[in-house]
Amino acid sequence: MSPAPRTPAPRTLFEKLWDAHVVVPESDTAPAVLYIDLHLIHEVTSPQAFTELRARGIAPHRPDRTKGTMDHSTPTLPRGADGKLPYYTAAAEKQVETLEANCAQYGIELFDMGSDNRGIVHVIAPEQGFTQPGMTIVCGDSHTSTHGAFGSLAFGIGTSEVGHVLATQCLLQRKPKTMSITVDGPLAPGVGAKDVVLHIIGQIGVNGGTGHVLEYRGSTIEAMDMEQRMTLCNMSIEAGARAGMVAPDQITFDYVAATPRGPKGADFEAAVDYWKTLRSDDGARFDAEVTIDAADIRPTMTWGTHPGTAIAIDAPIPAANDAAAQKSLDYMGFEAGHAVAGTKVDVVFVGSCTNGRLSDMRDVARVLAGRKVAEGVRMLVVPGSEIVKRQAEAEGIDVIVRDAGAQWRESGCSMCIAMNGDLVAPGELAVSTSNRNFEGRQGPGSRTLLASPLGAAWSAVRGQVADVRELFDADQKEVA
Amino acid sequence: MAGIQTVTSQAVVLRSTNIDTDQIIPARFLSTTERAGLGQFAFNDWRWKTEGVPNPEFAFNQPHSAGRQVLLAGRNFGCGSSREHAPWALTDLGLKAVVSSEIADIFRNNSLKNGLIPIVLAEADVQTLMERPDDQLTIDVAARELRTPDGRTYTFPLDAFAQTCLLEGVDELGYLLARAPDIARYEASHAR
Ligand code: SF4
Repeated sequence: MSPAPRTPAPRTLFEKLWDAHVVVPESDTAPAVLYIDLHLIHEVTSPQAFTELRARGIAPHRPDRTKGTMDHSTPTLPRGADGKLPYYTAAAEKQVETLEANCAQYGIELFDMGSDNRGIVHVIAPEQGFTQPGMTIVCGDSHTSTHGAFGSLAFGIGTSEVGHVLATQCLLQRKPKTMSITVDGPLAPGVGAKDVVLHIIGQIGVNGGTGHVLEYRGSTIEAMDMEQRMTLCNMSIEAGARAGMVAPDQITFDYVAATPRGPKGADFEAAVDYWKTLRSDDGARFDAEVTIDAADIRPTMTWGTHPGTAIAIDAPIPAANDAAAQKSLDYMGFEAGHAVAGTKVDVVFVGSCTNGRLSDMRDVARVLAGRKVAEGVRMLVVPGSEIVKRQAEAEGIDVIVRDAGAQWRESGCSMCIAMNGDLVAPGELAVSTSNRNFEGRQGPGSRTLLASPLGAAWSAVRGQVADVRELFDADQKEVA
Repeated sequence: MAGIQTVTSQAVVLRSTNIDTDQIIPARFLSTTERAGLGQFAFNDWRWKTEGVPNPEFAFNQPHSAGRQVLLAGRNFGCGSSREHAPWALTDLGLKAVVSSEIADIFRNNSLKNGLIPIVLAEADVQTLMERPDDQLTIDVAARELRTPDGRTYTFPLDAFAQTCLLEGVDELGYLLARAPDIARYEASHAR
């Protein structure tokens, strides 16, 4: 009698992606050699990697698998009358020029300042269709986790590793652990992906995901569009996780089908057949599991100096139970026992790879239409890419933003990291749709509250940290 | 990179938890195309009150900290960005090891590539060590041990590959380049 056919052990989505990219398996004495399908580079973390390659006399192995853009150091103000871009420093300009030279020398496709498709690296790669389900994707940038929204294994690497990928298209990796985060149920009006991810980080902590790859699942996640899933996966790193991912589904396939550079025709059909297998099998085991009830998620913001300090906007700031929490409170100028709602706001920033996409711009317009930014509040709306900017302008969003008294800028990272001169002044309080509220992140001495685009825009109108539920009447209908 | 067998030094203590890479080196100092000389910007916003005026309270500004090679830090050190500028700045400052009860993944990886030993010990042990920063600590990479002058020995986890890389100064890129035949085979069987 022949033995019964062995059914393969159930695997998680992560394990399927990992197994498909192992070039040399890991052993006790060495990490795995993992193949990288897509490598993204930008001006800040790549120059030293190219210098290293040159010093060794080697050229990139697969320049066709690397795509470059410039976003961190680039100005968001238009060219001056002299036709020159207003770079903040000569060093910033030199970084951009260095990237141009490196890409030109090695034949790497670059979305430069003259490109209609340039933008923040984690906005443009999905937009172009470079990001696809089933891929391994890396970039010298921690928010590479964004691309996990497509059911890819995507994570940030350091500059030495940028060199490794350029030289060999591979990385040395130990297999991380897995954690499932299941969110079920409908979200309340005014509550979106940003609130969901802030809530999750508030629950599991800034180190809750360390050593793990997160898989977001459940009906709440399945109901999200791709832009919301990107917002969610983007902030996985803020829970310390190596990566975050969502299994691809019809919503994912439709998104990729509409991109200019994704697979087409028979290639697309064949790809979808494969992509459909990219789900955690029934019975697959995760090293850790977290369950969240969507009904518990209210509009969420942070009170402290790391994203783990996320709380519901009307919840009291918790009492400081250690020196670090006290230091956070002192830095922010907040008192335990009070809610963040009602605090006077100086700056509002909408943008970044977390919330710089078209749906985010639409959320801002929804709030700002027919309203004004409060006196004394400086508001910047910065599209995540040139494409987002053009699409938003086609819908008249730039006009709504300007009419409300806010600034409509060129695309880039801008105030998220404050490297390009877009700064929050010392002591100023900013409500920002970006991902990090670390001390001084938006400029020396700046204070940051992380929020959704709706929350940020409504706070700009109110001139104080404000609850978006005020935008809805008792029947949960939006008030004009 | 030269191999590292042992580090022997007193320690500098930063008790704060969740010290993120924006504190280790603020983003405005990343506009560089070099990796050398970043030590001057390490912990910049904590080190200086205003430009040129050092904050005397800050551990690294205290005279006895000069030349110390071990940092004892609060839980979850190095969270945040993937910037390798963080370990570049710390090694340029003269540090050879960071001890904490938790070290963020990317920072840990980046540290190993730059000869900065990431040492994770139990929170209680880190707290004990923080009480006696003037003790001459010995970090023994081959034994995976941190030893104190009064005879206490703490074992720390260190992946065998990372250990070999540290001890022998193995160059990871060289190791990967030597896998070229495997990589070529993989590419041939996964042509896309
Ligand atoms: S928008 Fe902010 S978080 Fe995103 S890549 Fe740019 S600097 Fe990094």
